[in-house]
Amino acid sequence: MAVSTEAPKRKQAGWQARTEAVHAYIFMSPVILGLLLFTLGPMIISLALSFSDYNLLNDFKLIGIGNYTKLLQEELFWQSLKISAIYSVVSVPLGLVISLFLAILLNKKIRGIYVFRSMYYLPTVISGVGVAMLWKWIFNGKHGIINNLLGMLSIKGPNWLLDEQWALVALIITSVWGVGGTMLIFLAGLQGIPYELMEAAEIDGANRWSQFRHITLPLLSNVTFFNLVLGIIGALQYFTDAFVITGGGPNNATLFIAVYLWRHAFQFLNFGYAAAISWVLFLIVMLLTLLVFRSSPLWVFYESERKVK
Amino acid sequence: MHSKSTSAFSLASVLAYLGLAIVVAIIGLPLLWMVLASFKESAEIYQIPVTWIPQRPTLMNYPDAWNAVPFATYFRNSIFTTACAAGSKVLLAISCAYALVYVKAPKRLKDVTFLVILTALMVPAQVTIVPNYITMSHLDWVNTYQGIILPNAATAFGTFMLRQYYMGLPHEVIEAAEMDGATHMQRLWLVVVPMAQPAIVTVGIFAVVSEWNDFLWPMIVTNSNDMRTLPIGLFGLFQTEGMQNWGIIMAGTVFVVLPVIVLFIRTQKWIVDGIAAGAVRG
Repeated sequence: MAVSTEAPKRKQAGWQARTEAVHAYIFMSPVILGLLLFTLGPMIISLALSFSDYNLLNDFKLIGIGNYTKLLQEELFWQSLKISAIYSVVSVPLGLVISLFLAILLNKKIRGIYVFRSMYYLPTVISGVGVAMLWKWIFNGKHGIINNLLGMLSIKGPNWLLDEQWALVALIITSVWGVGGTMLIFLAGLQGIPYELMEAAEIDGANRWSQFRHITLPLLSNVTFFNLVLGIIGALQYFTDAFVITGGGPNNATLFIAVYLWRHAFQFLNFGYAAAISWVLFLIVMLLTLLVFRSSPLWVFYESERKVK
Repeated sequence: MHSKSTSAFSLASVLAYLGLAIVVAIIGLPLLWMVLASFKESAEIYQIPVTWIPQRPTLMNYPDAWNAVPFATYFRNSIFTTACAAGSKVLLAISCAYALVYVKAPKRLKDVTFLVILTALMVPAQVTIVPNYITMSHLDWVNTYQGIILPNAATAFGTFMLRQYYMGLPHEVIEAAEMDGATHMQRLWLVVVPMAQPAIVTVGIFAVVSEWNDFLWPMIVTNSNDMRTLPIGLFGLFQTEGMQNWGIIMAGTVFVVLPVIVLFIRTQKWIVDGIAAGAVRG
């Protein structure tokens, strides 16, 4: 079917637009299909499940808001909320401060800095079960290096993972070890700060601290914002380390929401109930993200606004 | 790069090196301890005070770990599922991001696609895991490769990142290729992909690392040793050997971590620069 050269231009344009649209469909549909089938679809299904008492044996039957009311009365649910809240409130700011500090160290223009950058990022790449295993041994009360090093300073370390008061602390320390990703994003932000700005401040007699306080921090606030959002989402979904290192124990002292959810889904096979927990988690994540977004005009400083003023 | 501070050994640069070195120690000591422990005999591991350098170094933990659980099978499964899922993630993201930026499709179609990607970015894995498991069990795909791979075959994060990167590429080059009559396939593979290489490599390495370390989903969707991947196998080794034989566990951990470290060392320049570039643009 040859296209006549005398065909009206509009017809040709229409044909072209159609082939463009067909291309768009072909190029985009695999990703869309994948995300719809395994992420967004399941999200809706789990909402439906959360109003049912489904497990692999029962048929799907709606039971109203029963799972949610039961959840609110469950002591362990509140415990898991508490643990996840404490963990997020401590580990997210701590991680931000430490990774910003490291990024500033890595932003120095000195020889060999590239090697250091890679080394600092290494813990992020190898995270997972292997490293969790390693930490479990490091925190061993008797044979672990932490207590051994403390012993050299004549401090008697706690039995970290078996102590209700210290198990969560141990997990927070573990999380700080893996701040490489956050650090790298800060580093990228730092490198975007024009050098002349710092030089000018120095000439004006600003000391290091006021340079940091009045130039670096404000110019970095959009990066901090990005890291804060990612940090909150990550902290609330925290699972693998807790599951491997403490398994939620001792006596539920490290029962994170995700661990609590796992127990109900795959130990007790209460799929409906687990779906309700997952939706509560999702709503909390959304709400906090929204709050951070809403708060951003108060503390996030954008380049474009500066130009307007 | 060649400012005065590089050559002069000022007090500031000495302090900087000192700070950098302390952090390297904090990062490196646990890893060093792990490797050293993997060469210790069982008795020495439980010895007090704790030793650093193995007194009677042994290689036995490695064959012992290798034989305690079917590590060869785990390796095969991990390599296969990681290659498939990461490969598919990268290929699909490359083409989807291309369509979002360079194909003149109806705006509505693009907007909906972009919305799907952004929403998917926010959904926690925990929300999708139960329905995905139910789907897999209805399809009889529990304990199969497709069961492990398919839910991870597309990436919202990678697609988003590539889209941001593509938008920063010089449009004139792609338009010139269009004038020369290049098809979309040619424009994508001969023009856009070579230019976007740093971002594509970064997305690829992220995908490989996240598949290799993935724990929750493969643990749920597999139920026999012949389908398990390395992280699940290592966790199983820990459950069977437990506290009795930590040298074996550390040797097993080296099995899991070493390939990632090697990959990282070979590609680290790409990753560190790629993320930095992506973050600055994004």
